[in-house]
Amino acid sequence: MPGADARQASNDLALVSAIRSGDESAMAELYDRYSGIVYSVALRVLGDTGVAEDVLQEVFMQLWRNPGLFDASRGNFAPWLAVIARNRAIDMLRKRRPESDIEDVVISVEPDLAGDAERALAMSKVRAVLGGMAASQRMALEMAYFEGLSHSEIAAKTGEALGTIKTRIRTGLLALRKAFEE
Amino acid sequence: MSVHEQFAEDLSLYALGALQGEERTALERHLQDCAGCRRELELLGGDTALLALSTSGPRPPDRARQRLMEAVAREPRRAVIRRRKPWWALVPSFAAAAMAALAVFFWMQNSRLQRDLASLEKRSAQQRADLQRAREIVATLTATDAMTVTLVAAKTPPQPQGKVMYVKDRASLIFLASNMPMPPSQKAYELWLIPMKGAPMPAGTFKPDAHGSAMVINPPLPAGMEAKAFAITIEPETGSPTPTMPIVMMGTGA
Repeated sequence: MPGADARQASNDLALVSAIRSGDESAMAELYDRYSGIVYSVALRVLGDTGVAEDVLQEVFMQLWRNPGLFDASRGNFAPWLAVIARNRAIDMLRKRRPESDIEDVVISVEPDLAGDAERALAMSKVRAVLGGMAASQRMALEMAYFEGLSHSEIAAKTGEALGTIKTRIRTGLLALRKAFEE
Repeated sequence: MSVHEQFAEDLSLYALGALQGEERTALERHLQDCAGCRRELELLGGDTALLALSTSGPRPPDRARQRLMEAVAREPRRAVIRRRKPWWALVPSFAAAAMAALAVFFWMQNSRLQRDLASLEKRSAQQRADLQRAREIVATLTATDAMTVTLVAAKTPPQPQGKVMYVKDRASLIFLASNMPMPPSQKAYELWLIPMKGAPMPAGTFKPDAHGSAMVINPPLPAGMEAKAFAITIEPETGSPTPTMPIVMMGTGA
């Protein structure tokens, strides 16, 4: 439903604009749309509902304080928010100060993920790609992304060579992208 | 724009936040200068977003919504903070400023360069014409299918004949011969420059073709050597440092 997606994307944009002028109801609507994504990413990383809630609160408050952080020209809102949530959750997990500013997050997503239906379809595709990977490759990706481990930490944990970890992560990410190019 | 292969794996790690230490520093330095790798990093950011979106779990509790909306109500909107771009996003701006400065500089240079260019083009056209003429002359001189005719007085049997064109300042010499009989086996003719002073100087060996024609073009000679005469002797095929008598042909300058 590309038409519906386009409408939803422009709605996201309109809601972010409304937040700029202090519209609390726009904030509530964006929360209703995307809190599930933010919370599930945070929970996946942290494994603790209380801390995941803190991340949820922090991510949306940052958006409220500075909606200009989202650059619509860089892609749609949902993937951007998901990456922000992941980064904040990792910072929380590793009990470190935020390592990168939100505004440093620049992503380009090829598939259209603005609509709920498109997003659901894309997510089942991603899960299928991950499910089809060798366990060692999926683990390397997940350890890096959801546990925030560096490649040397992953190598030490798994007993694999650094180069092997690097290659697994590279080919794993490319496999994800390729699934959407076909 | 393509990705530099040596950074391909590090870019993936960097997109996941898993690159540390010197490798991270080196990559960030490279990103500053490489638009192709910056673009790839954005795409990899998109790939990681797919990973993030692949998570699923329970919806947040209702109290979380209430907590947020209360916090929002307590915190009126501040002025929008100017978005700070990542440091490498500034690179195009610096590049644009540098280009503008260069454009002004080039504009100032433009008219002078155009004048220079016009003059160069004129000279170049002249040189091309000269070169073309020279090529045509050499092509005719060296053509294997050229008809070579020596004109002599009527009812006179053809005689061996040689003609030297010599420009001493450029040490340029062209020698053309016709009606030359074949030299004995393992022998060749040798042309000699006989200077005003000193010993004869070798000016190339040659053998005539089946029609008796031969040619020597620009043999190695010192520049500025004034010639009193030119002579031809018969020598071993490899040539001799001094002429072997007798002189078979000779001519003096006009």
